[in-house]
Amino acid sequence: MNRTVDVLVVGAGPAGLALAARLAGAGAGRVEVLEREQDAGGVPRHCHHGGFGRPPRPWLRGPAYARQATEAAVGAGASVRTGVTATGWAGPLSLDTTSPAGLERITARAVVLATGARERPRSARLVPGSRPAGVLTTGELQQSVHLYGQSVGRRAVVVGAEPVGRHAVRTLRLAGADVVAVVTERPRGTTVRGIPLLTATTVSALRGRGRLSGVALHHADGRSGVLVCDTVVFTGDWIPDHELARRGGITLDPGTRGPCVDASFRTSAPGVFAVGNALHGVESAATAAAEGAAAAASVLAHLSGAAWPDAGPPLVVRAPLVWVTPNRVTGLAEQPLLLRSGEPLTGPVVTVGQDGRLLWRGRFPGRMSPSRSLRVPPGWTTLVDRGGGPVVVRAR
Amino acid sequence: MSVTTGGALPGGAYDVTVIGAGVVGSAIARELARLPLRTALVEACDDVGDGTSKANTAVLHTGFDAVPGTLESRLVREGQRRLAAYAADAGIPVEPLGALLVAWDEEQLGALAGLAEKAVRNGYRSARIIPAEEVRAREPELGPGVLGALDVPGESIICPWTTTLAYATQAVRAGTDLHLNCRVRSVTPGDPHLLGTSRGPLRTRHLVNAAGLYADEIDRLLGHGDFTVTPRRGQLIVFDELARGLVRHILLPVPGALGKGVLVTPTVYGNVMLGPTAEDLDDKTATGSTAEGLALLREKGRRILPALLEEEVTAVYAGLRAATGSEDYAIRAHPVQRYVSVGGIRSTGLTASMAIAAHVVALLADGGLPVTGARELEPVRMPNLGEAFPRPYRDARMIAADPEYGRIVCHCERVTRGEIRDALAGTVPPGSLDGLRRRTRARGGRCQGFHCGAAVRALFEEGRR
Repeated sequence: MNRTVDVLVVGAGPAGLALAARLAGAGAGRVEVLEREQDAGGVPRHCHHGGFGRPPRPWLRGPAYARQATEAAVGAGASVRTGVTATGWAGPLSLDTTSPAGLERITARAVVLATGARERPRSARLVPGSRPAGVLTTGELQQSVHLYGQSVGRRAVVVGAEPVGRHAVRTLRLAGADVVAVVTERPRGTTVRGIPLLTATTVSALRGRGRLSGVALHHADGRSGVLVCDTVVFTGDWIPDHELARRGGITLDPGTRGPCVDASFRTSAPGVFAVGNALHGVESAATAAAEGAAAAASVLAHLSGAAWPDAGPPLVVRAPLVWVTPNRVTGLAEQPLLLRSGEPLTGPVVTVGQDGRLLWRGRFPGRMSPSRSLRVPPGWTTLVDRGGGPVVVRAR
Repeated sequence: MSVTTGGALPGGAYDVTVIGAGVVGSAIARELARLPLRTALVEACDDVGDGTSKANTAVLHTGFDAVPGTLESRLVREGQRRLAAYAADAGIPVEPLGALLVAWDEEQLGALAGLAEKAVRNGYRSARIIPAEEVRAREPELGPGVLGALDVPGESIICPWTTTLAYATQAVRAGTDLHLNCRVRSVTPGDPHLLGTSRGPLRTRHLVNAAGLYADEIDRLLGHGDFTVTPRRGQLIVFDELARGLVRHILLPVPGALGKGVLVTPTVYGNVMLGPTAEDLDDKTATGSTAEGLALLREKGRRILPALLEEEVTAVYAGLRAATGSEDYAIRAHPVQRYVSVGGIRSTGLTASMAIAAHVVALLADGGLPVTGARELEPVRMPNLGEAFPRPYRDARMIAADPEYGRIVCHCERVTRGEIRDALAGTVPPGSLDGLRRRTRARGGRCQGFHCGAAVRALFEEGRR
């Protein structure tokens, strides 16, 4: 069956829902959000900790935030359809979908990819050893405990000392597991009271047949050993869920591995936008939602016939920085740029330059953590030479 | 017809018992199921195909590179024909991609002529040497330095999981008793033989040893010692489906003085596989991957297909081949003991499985097993796991008839609730989430359960209740 809508948003997480709410409220016509899960809301659905939403709104727990975001989109007039998977492209702005109601081909005037991100599992991290049960990511752990009430193990090790690792610890404890250690390859990490933090340590192998029996650890100083446990949770190390973007031939950014977008969330494919954690791995729900809301103006401009501009010079980073978004400076650039370092920096000085010309320079007080983005104000983007070379962001 | 997973085994004597429900043991059980006999298939693990068979490189071989004149050469050639036909009937995914043995140095280039000639001696006449330009045109993503290749158009890829499951399913439906979690610990030869298993005694007149890695140990229990199985570990890396466009053929290594290289091959599930390593070990349970093994594979893979290394890895695993140090299968008949041992079956065993089965049943007949009254088995049609064939999530008619086929649970692999339900209700149901994965692909994708793990586990636990 073929259908036409005005805007088709793929993914009903914080970014997709915020965008849909804005667009529907602005009279963008038929705005349809496809969600492959049974419930809308995205990752917050299974984050039972607080801290969602922006002050002065009360800080909500994830599920309540997910419900509010969904209600806001539906209330504004968007159609949020759950249990519907976009399986591939049938044309530049047409997607094939599967749901219990059957197959559909939906063509839109604008398509928005809001497909989110996932944690890289053990296999993608190339952790050697056996393949026992009891090896999880935070996403699977949270769903197991909060959505399905499943039992997890008794003795757990958490890999990764970023904020998401703390949430994994909390969920494990709630499920009755004893968390015996948090392990991070970084020189420091956030400690959780009562749990040993093993820094500069990697998981060198998983042990156990059938069920996990332990993790072999290797410390940077050469020490090694085995920690007995029946559960290990690999946390963080987010990667955008970019399958649909790639299958559509949309250019990805090598740093973020998400679709390459300009400051107006336009991808390399005319009519296709991308927002939220599909662009950069995990940022807070509030950041993702802010991107979704900010993209509404660009989508509306496209619907009213604005030209799809030439992408302009790329925005690139140099080590130790690992990525920046947006990836092109074309566009309104009202949102701050997000900048991520691969290693901790103290009081970094960030510079932006093009063809040897300094466009912006700023010093950030305090520490820059690899698990948190710096926000670079966007004012300087008007100084970029549209015909010039790459715009390079450095930090030291 | 029954599948048992625990408790005491049935009394009375079986006419024939097959030890080991890998691809070979299951094929033998299927062949025996055509006969009016009381047959048992006993397996130490909780599932069929859970040992060496599940970690096969999944190539349906032509047998072009076997040692000419060996039993293996004959059985691979014959088995390839039989399995290709069976797969078409049973819905086992097969993709006839053809193989290229790519030469990267002068020594390998020089070896191609000998391999082409060997192929002819193995009865395979379609192999030919192609120049570097043609290799590059057919595999544009290959790394630099290609000198030429041997083109073997008859090689295919196949699903080893569905093959084993199809054999076992057909055998069980035809009356075979499949006893899982049933490890054979002792054999008291006699008439009948008395097997001591982890689930108690089992009596059988005729015995087939298809115990894979443990075939030498079973053989010793019957007083023989003419082969020793040395587990040879093969580590493999499976890359995301988004890598599938990088490679069109099965890229086989050219064997040389510096040892065998690694292969890069698409899988029928739409992934790309890199491996295996070849490490002789002592431990028959050492199915873990190692940092060194993975580093070696990545180094070799980078030379063959540089862009592959940029893709996400969905699985890293190791399998153990049942190497015997001999250049041939060790299939031995002991007619006086009414016993046949099937040892030393290496990775070609998947291809040869149906021919091995026919061969073994003939050997059992020499030991007095009555083989009259054979009948055609009820055909079996397996759920398709192959990417090149229609899958339920894309099938409007299936979804219209049953909306559960439109309810995608595992998003990476596009596995529906209907397929998971069917697998759990199958003739040989899965004993674990890994078994469910081998039947449906659920949890087998890039997220490894981040999105669907809890949901799939809930369905599995509910389905087992």
